[in-house]
Amino acid sequence: MDLARNWRLKNQRYRLEGNACANCAAKYFPPRAICDNCRGADFASFQFSGRGELYSFTTMREAPSGYEGNLPYVVAMVKLDEGPMIEAQMTDVNSDELKIGQRVEMVTRKLREYGENGTIVYGYKFRPAVNGSGK
Amino acid sequence: MSNVSIIGIGQTPVKEHWDKSLRDLAVEALLAALKDAHTEKVDALYVGNALSALLGGQEQLGALIADASGMRGIEAFKIEAANGAGAGALHVAYLAVTSGLYESVAVVGVEKMTEAMNGAVTAAVSLAGDGDYETMLGISPTAVAALLMRRYMYEYDLVAADLAGFSVNAHANAAGNKFAMYPRAISRDAYVNAKMIADPINMLDHAPYADGAAALILSATDRLNGNGARAVRVAASTVATDSVSLAARHEPLWLSAAEASAQKAYAHARIAPNDVDLFETHDAYSILSTLQLEAAGFAERGRGALLSRDGDISLTGKIPITTMGGLKARGHPVGATGVYQVAEVVQQLRGEAGKNQIADARVGMAQSLGGIGATAVTHILVN
Repeated sequence: MDLARNWRLKNQRYRLEGNACANCAAKYFPPRAICDNCRGADFASFQFSGRGELYSFTTMREAPSGYEGNLPYVVAMVKLDEGPMIEAQMTDVNSDELKIGQRVEMVTRKLREYGENGTIVYGYKFRPAVNGSGK
Repeated sequence: MSNVSIIGIGQTPVKEHWDKSLRDLAVEALLAALKDAHTEKVDALYVGNALSALLGGQEQLGALIADASGMRGIEAFKIEAANGAGAGALHVAYLAVTSGLYESVAVVGVEKMTEAMNGAVTAAVSLAGDGDYETMLGISPTAVAALLMRRYMYEYDLVAADLAGFSVNAHANAAGNKFAMYPRAISRDAYVNAKMIADPINMLDHAPYADGAAALILSATDRLNGNGARAVRVAASTVATDSVSLAARHEPLWLSAAEASAQKAYAHARIAPNDVDLFETHDAYSILSTLQLEAAGFAERGRGALLSRDGDISLTGKIPITTMGGLKARGHPVGATGVYQVAEVVQQLRGEAGKNQIADARVGMAQSLGGIGATAVTHILVN
């Protein structure tokens, strides 16, 4: 199920690949076809560092079917150091210890399994920066 | 000012309708609206619905409901814009009448949600998010609303209890609405102590998913056919959009689609926010009412929540909202919600809101959101 879709998203899921506008240098994750800033249509791919700061977070106690096994899980919005925001699950964390503004970094983790064959989907999650600043 | 009036309304109770199908509910609301308009047939039908394929195994609702309601043969189709579907269907009906193509058009918003298990319902409503960058990561609309509410509290130095007034007001008003799912008052303490779903959003902050249908009959104003006295004019019907994913927005705490559709609506109706006698907000979560009050010009940035604290949103306040219980206490059959809101505004403007009547109500506004503000549909009605 969704095999081609998951394959198609591999550069975003595993490497945080977005793009940068050739005209005004605005950076995007996920990649865009038309620049939201200058309406340019010429882009180069851009790999984000995966580092940023916590903009907001919540702990989910009810989940969509397929994600119940992860409950409770923390969802966050992160402001990446290069500018864009990204939404993702947090991992390796006790939500009581999270604070808006703290440094976080991207890691690769299992997102979910599905189908009779137990297909595993991997992707990005975020965790508190291990070396303190995360820089 | 347009030439379109609403001449009939119909609503089913909002609840778990174990004995009625989606088709039954839609027909019940439509027939009630036709009866209210003293007519039997219209030229076209637009159905607002979000989840019939996923939760009911049924598509092509236009033809299905036109036939079932005795109008086989007319133009009919479904409009989808997540939980903004019902208001979106009304907008399409408005276009059909203002274009001159049709003289009378029906709108029905219908949703049947309670047959599925909670996880399946949460998965279905999550499709309103960005599939690749929210939904597939396990991020539901409630999670997105929670991200907004926590950030809002952080930026404006508030606690969750500061938003309790939205839910308390909605439940107090639902007590006067015979169609409401939870027609009883709740206390501030009950709100503060409610079970957490996605902190800071708890059970009493989250509008309950339900079954229900509501319908409206629109007519060209010069063809009222004896319905003049009860006609309420549609002064504006406007739609605007924003990014579906929260992360892609320029300012997450500002609902730009809500602002744009409200501003267009004020311009079309030639009114200002202080002319509005009541405002039906899309209170799927209290943070959405908060941000809508700011986006539509009733509060400064960061001050929307304070309106709920000081009684300004009550039936006798400066800007009454959710006057018949809102999504929170009337209940939230998602694709039908936008039609319920407008039917309730019509009740107010006709003076038929019973003990919830806003004194001398002349201008009413309803704003429905698809997703967490990606689609915003604003209607202004004038008596």
